[in-house]
Amino acid sequence: MYRYAIKMLFGDNAKFYGILLGLGFASLLIAQQASIFVGLMSRTFAFIGDVGHVDIWVFDPTQSYVDEPKPLRTTALERVRGVTGVAWAAPLYKGLLVATLPDGKRQLCNVVGIDDDTLAAGPGRIVEGSVADLRQPDAVMVQVGSSQQNMMFPAELAPGALPAPGQFIDPKGPKRPVQIGDIVELNERRARVVGLVRCPETFTPGPTIYTVYSRALTYAPPARRVMSAVLVKANEGVDPAELCERITEQTGYAALQPWDYSMRTLGYWMGETGIPINFGIAIALGFFVGVAIAGQMFYNFTLDNLRYFGAFKAMGASSRMLLGMVALQALVAGVLGLGLGLGAVSAFGLNAAGGKLAFKMLWQIPFIAAGAVLVICVLASVISMWKVVRLDPADVFKGA
Amino acid sequence: MTSAPTPPASATPAAAGRAPSPELAIRLRAVEKTFGKGESAVRALRGVDLDVPAGALTMLVGPSGCGKTTLISILAGLLARDAGELAVFGQDLGALRRDRLSAWRRDNVGFIFQQFNLVPQLTVAENVSVPLVLKGESVGAAVRKANDILATLGLEGRGSSAPLKLSGGQQQRVAIARALIHEPRLLVCDEPTSALDAELGRRVMGFIRDRSRSPDRAVVVVTHDDRIFHLADTIAHMDDGLVRSIERRTPQHESKSPA
Repeated sequence: MYRYAIKMLFGDNAKFYGILLGLGFASLLIAQQASIFVGLMSRTFAFIGDVGHVDIWVFDPTQSYVDEPKPLRTTALERVRGVTGVAWAAPLYKGLLVATLPDGKRQLCNVVGIDDDTLAAGPGRIVEGSVADLRQPDAVMVQVGSSQQNMMFPAELAPGALPAPGQFIDPKGPKRPVQIGDIVELNERRARVVGLVRCPETFTPGPTIYTVYSRALTYAPPARRVMSAVLVKANEGVDPAELCERITEQTGYAALQPWDYSMRTLGYWMGETGIPINFGIAIALGFFVGVAIAGQMFYNFTLDNLRYFGAFKAMGASSRMLLGMVALQALVAGVLGLGLGLGAVSAFGLNAAGGKLAFKMLWQIPFIAAGAVLVICVLASVISMWKVVRLDPADVFKGA
Repeated sequence: MTSAPTPPASATPAAAGRAPSPELAIRLRAVEKTFGKGESAVRALRGVDLDVPAGALTMLVGPSGCGKTTLISILAGLLARDAGELAVFGQDLGALRRDRLSAWRRDNVGFIFQQFNLVPQLTVAENVSVPLVLKGESVGAAVRKANDILATLGLEGRGSSAPLKLSGGQQQRVAIARALIHEPRLLVCDEPTSALDAELGRRVMGFIRDRSRSPDRAVVVVTHDDRIFHLADTIAHMDDGLVRSIERRTPQHESKSPA
């Protein structure tokens, strides 16, 4: 009879495709919105993960997330270095600065200043050039291949060339990506591109520009405090968690391991912004759309077939068998609808890969969508099952 | 009708407490059924006595609302009686729990519904095979047997068709095939000729009556169609929740009945 239950489901084309569409759309909306949310949220702490070889981040205790500039005193570096268990400590500058391009266009950039001596916390993936090149005068390394805002130069200018006096360059003219040798202005100071790097997409727009710490300070607006964080490497054998506590105890600064700092950053965006609520609403909408469309369709499908279930019941089918048939129909519809939705989300994700859209489908997301679809199917089938259980087989003689 | 009605059932010897005849398929005594409660209660059956002979075709006739449908629902094990006695081929249906009653119906009863109730998503043969599949037979074997019985009903080669592509008469024959494929002892038919023309109705009823001609079988038909009354061995006239009279028909009557 279970085979016949499947045939009954597949045979009612209009309702079957309606149910599939409803469940597919629900799982699509749930998985897609959840993936975009995760992608967006993971961008908030992507920079922390990109800084390699660092055990501990030391920062102002009132700082909530990595992009929030609450600079430390210069003395913080030495104080941290003085804590037992610290192998080395390096300063880090991170700030949003405006770069002026040769055509006069201004572009917001993430400027990262790394330790002049050790070049620790440099860019993770170098496309062209070397980190050591940052020691050259005015040297900067610029992010390329960004989905958000790449640094684009006028095509008519060769790398390193500047417009001749009186030469007009149309800001809307043809562009080319930044190349080694290109020159930009950061806060009215010259910066020469000596390398190209790839960085993870971050929450803030604009390309990332790496330079050494001392030079970054020259680009940054004058301020009494400029050090964004101190990056620490623990001595071999020293527990980073214990070292964090020691640093906080002895300096008063916040000290967290990269993962903990990432979670602190994530916690800020989750708790202090409306982003989770907005995405939560979209996800809930997907769920309720699923309940409304698929649930209603499935219920109607069962209602339409109630007379046949009644006939089966009269012919000796037990209530358990009929419930099994309804449950199987719901399960099959759920699996197919889920597959349809997740397939569409995967296609969407592949299409969005490398684009501006933040999209990250964690392995848990399909399971969450499956859980939601399961709940929709259970809700729909329980109501339908109720009708089937309550069905009086004698009703078949009443034209039920 | 050429035969004179017998006295009301309550006046028959059976109703007076005589031991059931071994040829009886169904025995009902003082069966009552009420729907609803209080002032809105409807007494559908008010103490029905009825003996349905084995090897014969019995018709339940009477005006709408007289309790025919309630009565066949009870004697087919679809509805529980409120009071009275009921034995079908010696089985007291009231003694069976719900799951055992379902199994009893599955093994002993064939149904022909007024609306046919053929599942449109299944093929004709699959519809016919349902009783066998319910009994645990494999779908393949059940469908093969379904095609065989369809052939005996003049529907050879139509097993893979969709039920809705058949005419009303053909659908009725499919419903008959479904009701008979598992060779039930009791065949219950609700207005089996209501959707058929006179000629087809007679042919269908003739086929059904032929299936009743076995000492371990019985056919009960609810009908308004007086064109087929002549095919009955027994006609129970119902009114207001009671069997008012019973006609026992003989072959002579049969031959005298209008065709």
